[in-house]
Amino acid sequence: MEDMLFYDRLQFAFTITFHYIFPQLTMGLSLLIVYFKGKYLLNKIEKYNDAAKFFMKIFAVNFTMGVVTGIPMEFQFGTNWAKYSELTGGIIGQTLAMEGMFSFFLESSFLALFIFGEKLMGQKLHFLTGFLVFLGSWASGWFILSTNAWMQHPVGYEILDNGKYVLENFSALFSNPWLLPAFLHNQLASVVTSSFVVASIGAFYILRNKQIEYGKLFLKTGVVFGLVSSLLVAFPTGDWNAKNVAKYQPASFAAMEGIFETEEAGAEIVLIGQPNMVEKKLDNKIAVPNILSFLTYQEWDRQIPGMDKFKKEELPDNIPALYYSYHIMVGLGTIFIGVMALALFFLWRKKLYTLKPLLWTIMFLVPFPYIANLTGWYTAELGRQPYLVYGLLRTSEGISPTVSSGNTLFTLLGFVALYMLLGLLFLVLVGKTINEGPKHKTH
Amino acid sequence: MEIFWYLSIAIVLAVFFILDGYDFGTGIIHLFLAKEEKDKEVIAKSAGLFWDSNEVWLVAAGGMLFMAFPTFYASVFSGFYLPLIIVLWLIIFRAIGLEFRSQFKFQMWKDIWDASFGVSSLLLALFFGIALGNVVRGVNLGGVENGISEYEAHYFFLPLWDSSFSPLSKTPGVIDWFTIIIGLISVVTLAIHGANWIILKTNSSINAKLKRVIFNLNIVLAALTIFSLLIWQTVNPNCFDNFSEKPYLILFPIVYVTGLIGLFFIKKMKKDVHGFILSTLLIVGGITSSLASLFPVLLPSINTINEPLTIYNTATSEYGLSVALNWGIIGFVLLFVYMIIQKRLMGGKIDNMDYGH
Repeated sequence: MEDMLFYDRLQFAFTITFHYIFPQLTMGLSLLIVYFKGKYLLNKIEKYNDAAKFFMKIFAVNFTMGVVTGIPMEFQFGTNWAKYSELTGGIIGQTLAMEGMFSFFLESSFLALFIFGEKLMGQKLHFLTGFLVFLGSWASGWFILSTNAWMQHPVGYEILDNGKYVLENFSALFSNPWLLPAFLHNQLASVVTSSFVVASIGAFYILRNKQIEYGKLFLKTGVVFGLVSSLLVAFPTGDWNAKNVAKYQPASFAAMEGIFETEEAGAEIVLIGQPNMVEKKLDNKIAVPNILSFLTYQEWDRQIPGMDKFKKEELPDNIPALYYSYHIMVGLGTIFIGVMALALFFLWRKKLYTLKPLLWTIMFLVPFPYIANLTGWYTAELGRQPYLVYGLLRTSEGISPTVSSGNTLFTLLGFVALYMLLGLLFLVLVGKTINEGPKHKTH
Repeated sequence: MEIFWYLSIAIVLAVFFILDGYDFGTGIIHLFLAKEEKDKEVIAKSAGLFWDSNEVWLVAAGGMLFMAFPTFYASVFSGFYLPLIIVLWLIIFRAIGLEFRSQFKFQMWKDIWDASFGVSSLLLALFFGIALGNVVRGVNLGGVENGISEYEAHYFFLPLWDSSFSPLSKTPGVIDWFTIIIGLISVVTLAIHGANWIILKTNSSINAKLKRVIFNLNIVLAALTIFSLLIWQTVNPNCFDNFSEKPYLILFPIVYVTGLIGLFFIKKMKKDVHGFILSTLLIVGGITSSLASLFPVLLPSINTINEPLTIYNTATSEYGLSVALNWGIIGFVLLFVYMIIQKRLMGGKIDNMDYGH
């Protein structure tokens, strides 16, 4: 039983982590594509159109990856989490089915038209198809986040005598107080990723002294979008989410902030430290007193319950992983703001394009927004433990009763091998597209 | 309300098999009959341009099934664990085969991804047929052994095969001689459908030959169909009851037979679309007849202890089903609008299309 739960969780964690490499780029990138294409409609400068089409090629590769790794996510609810699906399908099935119907169709139908139909449709319709792709991918985020929001903070449900959760109020799913902050935070974070990708490709072209004109355009656009989105991710949306966790999941809040013991008045904010689960304290801690209380409640002396106030069964089961995920996300987010602000300053002083150390930094920073996005999700998901539906249904109660751990281990290993192949092919293809650059014409 | 969602899901599934069915069939034809690079490219493209917007119908069907019949979704997806995960892997190989073949110009690269596309399409067609066979045959619900249920009444787990390979075994596996026959019917049907699609969408040099191939495959299909009908009743004794109780359901088998007979005249047909319509009838008729023979059962039970899964004992609440109706109708309208826009803009033969590059 323990084994089954472990492998089911591991498989879900692995497949969703790999999957989320792709949508986090496509959601943000579709916004930048709409920007490039819209700008072209206004100024008729050819390089903006080339940029839109170039990034749509990268979008397409990511979209394919997102589709083929996304279908296993939908299937896994049934295959590995059958009990959970049976009990809550009447609720989360709504939002998941809506995702398929309203966003996935929109995205896939109009992506093909954007790529193949420019001559056929004319510029305005071409812009419209790009916009619909953007709309589809953001709608997808909306429905997935509304599903997740229900798991984090269940609303609008009724529990029947047989233990099943049925929907009582449909609109509550979308007015869930958890949803909007989480959605905005997530979408802006995906804009951060794509801005860094765009800026990084720009920096690469400038450093390689190739396709310079495009390099400058990409770098400039990436830096501006990157700074704005990094700031918005932190404030107000990040702040807003943290307040929600403090309000609705106080045990998770204590764990992610690393508060082992409740302080009399005013909680400190931990910048660095390692959770020591044996002695129930943080080793090598650097902390600033009273800041956490102020950030969370705008009161310096407000008490924040630490982990000592909660029963063991209510606390997340992997506190160090939760703590580190959260702190890595916050730390990286801060670095992003710093680097992008610096880059914007030098852009303004017209020195950025020749400032090699900063260009190299921007180029190599590209994996880190991915890490920040993923650790952000780990924070949300590890923080929800030990529950699938917070406070109501435990994770251990959700797995498929008939699928043995051996079967899950077999499929997990299969996914690992297959995804390694996919990842390799993905890098080759994206590398090839970047190397050819926007000027390259094929077909 | 249950019936409405049952019909909606059946329609979405049928559309999936019509649309993605031609991709699978195209892959099968590609694997065995496309020899020259020019043909290979255009045939792969006739599937490659459309597979992702076709596959979303599967996602939609899955989502709707999850929402409307969660108990069925949970039971079937965990019960058919291994074959479903294998289907997922095949779907991945099919997709990357189509997407990656034209990325590099050297022949070996193309050959690898052509094989990936072709073999996984063939296996997918086989597996989907086998899945249908399993649903018709029923499973050991509750995992009954010696008269005692091992699991809750609506759960089960199927091994890939049982050593007897017999559908009449008390613990049948996913693959037995009956489901293999249904699998073969699916492969042949989709191969015919794919061939019709290639004739419709391309000017490939094998189009004339494909008509002969369709004719011959159709003979095989007719033989398989008759054979399967003879054994169907042994496997599922109640399979004809619905048709005698509600004679109007005979319409569905008639649709199938129309397609089957019509395709014998494939060589004389002037318009390419006619063949495609007939193989569409085959698919629609085949799926709907199988579902109609079971209705309202979704998954029969082969033991006498546990009840079969039906649309009534697996559905979610009335409120959930009716509130979903509101967005479901809007969704359906949008789907058909997208489909029409796409078909209008990407109609005609692939070879004649100008991609705007």
